Amino acid sequence: MMNLVAENLSYKPDEQFHLNEVSFNFKKGNIYTILGRTLSGKTTLLKTIAGLLTPDSGAMRFEDKDFLKVPVWERNIAMVYQQFINYPHLNVFENVAFPLKQRKVDDKEISDVVLNSLKSVGLEGYENRKIQELSGGQQQRVSLARSLVKNAKILLLDEPLVNLDYKLREQLREEFKNIFSQGLSEESIVIFSTTDPREAMELNGEVIVLDEGKVLQVGPAKEIFENPKTLKVAEISNDPPMNILQANMDSNKIKFEGIEVDVPNHLNNVKDKNFNLGIRASNIELSDNGFEFEVELAEISGSETLLHLKRGNAKIITSIEEVMNFNIHDKVKLNFNIDKVYAFNEEGILASSPFGGSYV
Amino acid sequence: MSKIDLNNISHSYNPNVPNPVYALNPFSMTWENGKRYAILGPSGCGKTTMLNIVSGLVRPSAGSILFDDKDVTDLKTESRNIAQVFQFPVIYNTMTVYENLAFPLKCRGFSKDKIDERVKSVADTLSLQSFLNSPARKLTADQKQLISLGRGLVREDVAAVLMDEPLTVIDPDLKFRLRRKLKEINEEFKTTLVYVTHDQNEAMTFADNIIVMSEGEVVQAGTPKELFERPNTTFVGYFIGSPAMNLFETEVNSNNEVKINDTVIKISTDLSTIKQKKLKLGIRSEFIEIAKDQKENLITATVEKVEDLGNYKLLTAKIGELVIKSKIKREIEVSSEKVELHIPHDKCCIYENERLI
Repeated sequence: MMNLVAENLSYKPDEQFHLNEVSFNFKKGNIYTILGRTLSGKTTLLKTIAGLLTPDSGAMRFEDKDFLKVPVWERNIAMVYQQFINYPHLNVFENVAFPLKQRKVDDKEISDVVLNSLKSVGLEGYENRKIQELSGGQQQRVSLARSLVKNAKILLLDEPLVNLDYKLREQLREEFKNIFSQGLSEESIVIFSTTDPREAMELNGEVIVLDEGKVLQVGPAKEIFENPKTLKVAEISNDPPMNILQANMDSNKIKFEGIEVDVPNHLNNVKDKNFNLGIRASNIELSDNGFEFEVELAEISGSETLLHLKRGNAKIITSIEEVMNFNIHDKVKLNFNIDKVYAFNEEGILASSPFGGSYV
Repeated sequence: MSKIDLNNISHSYNPNVPNPVYALNPFSMTWENGKRYAILGPSGCGKTTMLNIVSGLVRPSAGSILFDDKDVTDLKTESRNIAQVFQFPVIYNTMTVYENLAFPLKCRGFSKDKIDERVKSVADTLSLQSFLNSPARKLTADQKQLISLGRGLVREDVAAVLMDEPLTVIDPDLKFRLRRKLKEINEEFKTTLVYVTHDQNEAMTFADNIIVMSEGEVVQAGTPKELFERPNTTFVGYFIGSPAMNLFETEVNSNNEVKINDTVIKISTDLSTIKQKKLKLGIRSEFIEIAKDQKENLITATVEKVEDLGNYKLLTAKIGELVIKSKIKREIEVSSEKVELHIPHDKCCIYENERLI
């Protein structure tokens, strides 16, 4: 077995599980995204793979070896962290060359590999710059370039874009993706952790949804997005989080907060009378003959206006794909794209999705 | 609560040399009473210099600053009647939360009852009620920052509250609540709020008016919608919004048409007085659609990739060597290699030497 395989990894340093029975099977040549909120166990999992942490129980194998018994320095792993970690006293070239120097690679080869790697992260011509002269985004590229020259079998990236402003994030996200799709060998496994569902969609690999140290769902990014297994997954895999409303259904109407809409075909098989209605911000539109909601805040994110709204006890978010001005307490009217709603049962399990999924 | 006028303000930290370098190029502007302003730009753009000129920490090399038509250029910070909140918490460690909040009022001799009323009202707004009797030093970093904010807001008689990246140390959930609180406080008390940030989302969410700065220059002042739809310069088009505004080299074809490669695009800008033949056309990816039944302003592009981002798809296509990005609905399937895109003429911005015509 050449894959990186984990079985029931658990780690509980205090009252709470940081990893709770985590299992996975990662194949070479693929990208895996660990998607979860802050403190969900993402960093712990990456550290466990890197050998910086020993789990309390469970097993991990890689290339037919008991990986938990392989010491850190023999694991052939590269890691990029949230913080831009570089050697401050070395210039850009020396920073990237560092792992190769340690391996006593000859100078000519070092030079070729380093320049090539700098080129792939868009830092051609920066070889002699000092680290402090670089912006945050450039520093993170140096870290990435250094991790790439190691030609490691496992590349771990722990929220590498989180500390960058959104313009740089936008740029680097695209570059990372290109680097992963072109520059990596069939021999390596890339594991990327993030809180941002959009990054998971953009990387378009296999997604592992992690929450409170537990794996909630595993699948291709698109599948997780379209058919989230539970309310929790729906929340984590959507930004803004999917709107959830307590609703009830009789033969032909769905009712919530004094709103009545027709039952769409895909919910005909839902048996529960009371259920959680899930609808994405992007599937709620402003409409002159819609239902009235009050604006709590209009938040602007990139080019989107996220309207935080309330009606009675219900709070929802809708997104508009342009920048618009709203004041607090403004009244707006909304139309729900009912063909795109989800039903989760009272236990929070997906009962029906517009994409055909169901886990009950 | 005051109106603030900045008249021909400029600043150089070393003004007495020949050809001084300006941290702030000359500009004039009026901040109206009771509104929310954000000063936005990358680090080193001059935004903190501008704030320090308003607060009196820096005296401008030239120009004057007026609070309600009274010249305060030579007044020190303490005489300007402003409140300030900084990036990191500034609190009195030896005092309780209550005493911290009461301090600015006590210094100005307010009555006990008045102090009590204001402290409780601010504590209520910032959800600090249960901590009022705790020693301030025992609080977490973001609670301490709330105290700093509270001290900034406790006086009702200030000309303005000036804030320099005040939410940096606050965790994301609380950030959301505080942005809303600040807006509510502004709407309720009509406090003039000035907010410095490098974060576009924060500025766009918080302010009625944003002053975008780059390299010591005010490049645009306007509402979030104006910055988004009519960026004054190509820099603003890039800096505001995600993805950045599409920009194309074009050639003038007539007084209201330009050519992208060989395709003629009608625009709403009048070019009759423009001498230059090469101009840039800017358009947001949100406004470009795959053509349905439109008859004009269509351009054929070769599909490079279509990314499914969940809430929408991002189409990247090429017109010759030019890259064009368009946000399209997730339901739309782009199957062929060629797409016909519609460029709405009223959403086109035309730039001459990187400046909007």
